[in-house]
Amino acid sequence: MSELDLDRIDNMQYDVLREIGNIGAGNATTALSQMINSKISMNVPKVELLEFKELSEFVGGAEKIVVGILFTLGGDIDGMMMFMMDKIASTNLVNILLGNLQQQEISDDTEFSEMGLSALNEIGNIISGAYLSSLSSLTNLSITTSIPYMAIDMAGAILSVPAIEFGKIGDKALLIETEFGDMDKYVNGFFILIPTLKSYLSILKSLGL
Amino acid sequence: MNNSIKVGMADASVCKPPDVITTLGLGSCVGIVLYDPVRKIAGLVHIMLPDSTKINNNSNKYKFADTGIEALIQDMVSIGAITRNLVAKIAGGAQMFSFSNNLEMMRIGDRNVEATKDKLKRLGIRLLAEDTGSNYGRTIEFSPETGLLHIKSVGKELKIL
Repeated sequence: MSELDLDRIDNMQYDVLREIGNIGAGNATTALSQMINSKISMNVPKVELLEFKELSEFVGGAEKIVVGILFTLGGDIDGMMMFMMDKIASTNLVNILLGNLQQQEISDDTEFSEMGLSALNEIGNIISGAYLSSLSSLTNLSITTSIPYMAIDMAGAILSVPAIEFGKIGDKALLIETEFGDMDKYVNGFFILIPTLKSYLSILKSLGL
Repeated sequence: MNNSIKVGMADASVCKPPDVITTLGLGSCVGIVLYDPVRKIAGLVHIMLPDSTKINNNSNKYKFADTGIEALIQDMVSIGAITRNLVAKIAGGAQMFSFSNNLEMMRIGDRNVEATKDKLKRLGIRLLAEDTGSNYGRTIEFSPETGLLHIKSVGKELKIL
C-alpha cells in the first residue's frame, strides 16, 4: 500500500485506526483511574472522520471553553497528539486529584491555581504517555513526545491546531472521543492523534497493511 | 428578523442585510471578510492553510488563503457584488500553543495571515482593519448593514473594527 487518502479510506484501514484509538484510550483511562485512585468507567470510544465544518459541533460547540494539552511526536512517527477536556470536567478532575473537596460552584469562569495548572499538565502527560506507549508497543515503532503545551480557550480555536494538520492531508479529521466518568462527577475528554501522512503509512505498514 | 449565517472551518458564505455573518472560535485559522460597501454585500471565508500549491489534496478551495479569497469573490459577484468595490477586514491567525521550538508547523497562524495579506494586495483589495496574531481564539461577526466587525474572545472586551 502506498497511497492513503483520509477522504477515501477503506474499511480495513478505518478499523485499524479505530482499534489504535480504542487501545490507546483504554490505557489512558486506566492510567487516569490509578492517578485519582478511583474507578473510572469508560464508554466505547467513538471514532469519527469528520468534515472540518462539523468538527467543533462534535465536541460541543466552537465556543465551548476547553483545556487542550498538546504534544508533538517524534521518533518513528511525526505529528502531534492532543488531549482535550471541557473546562468544567478538567476543574473536577483537578479537584479530585488535589483533594479539594469543598463544594464550590464550578463554572467556565473558574480560574485554575498555579498548582491546578501544573496538575493539569501532569494529567496530560500521564494520559498521553499511556496512550502512546500502547500505540508504540502495538506497532513496534518508537515514539517520543515533547513536553505538554497547554491552552485554555474556545474549542474551535484549540481544534484549529490539529485541524490544520489534518488539512494538509485531506478534508477530514480523525477524532477519537472517549468519555469517562467518576460517579456523579463527570470527567470526559477527547483524544486526537494526528500523525503526518508519512507516519500514517508507517503505522499501517508496521501492522502489515 | 435578522439571521446569523454561520461559517465553519474551511467554509465560506455570503450575506446581505439585515443578516449578519459569523464564524466561531477562530484559532490559527484566519477569517477573511470581504465587503462591497456600495451594494452592501459581505462574504466570509474561514481559511486553514496559506497556500494551495504546497498541498496535494487541494480540492476544497475554501481551505486555503489563495484559492479561498478567489472563490469567495466569485460567490459574491454572483449575487451582485462588484469586485473593484471590495474591501477587507481580517481576524485570527493566533498561535494557540506557545511552543518552545520554532518549527515551521507551529507558525501556521502567522503564515496564514501573511498569505492572506499577500493575496489581498495582489488582487488590489484594501485591508481596512485586522485583529490577528497573539495567542487566543476569536469569534467574529460582520454586519453588512453597518460594515462593522465584532470580535469576541474569552476573558476579553468586545472589539469592534
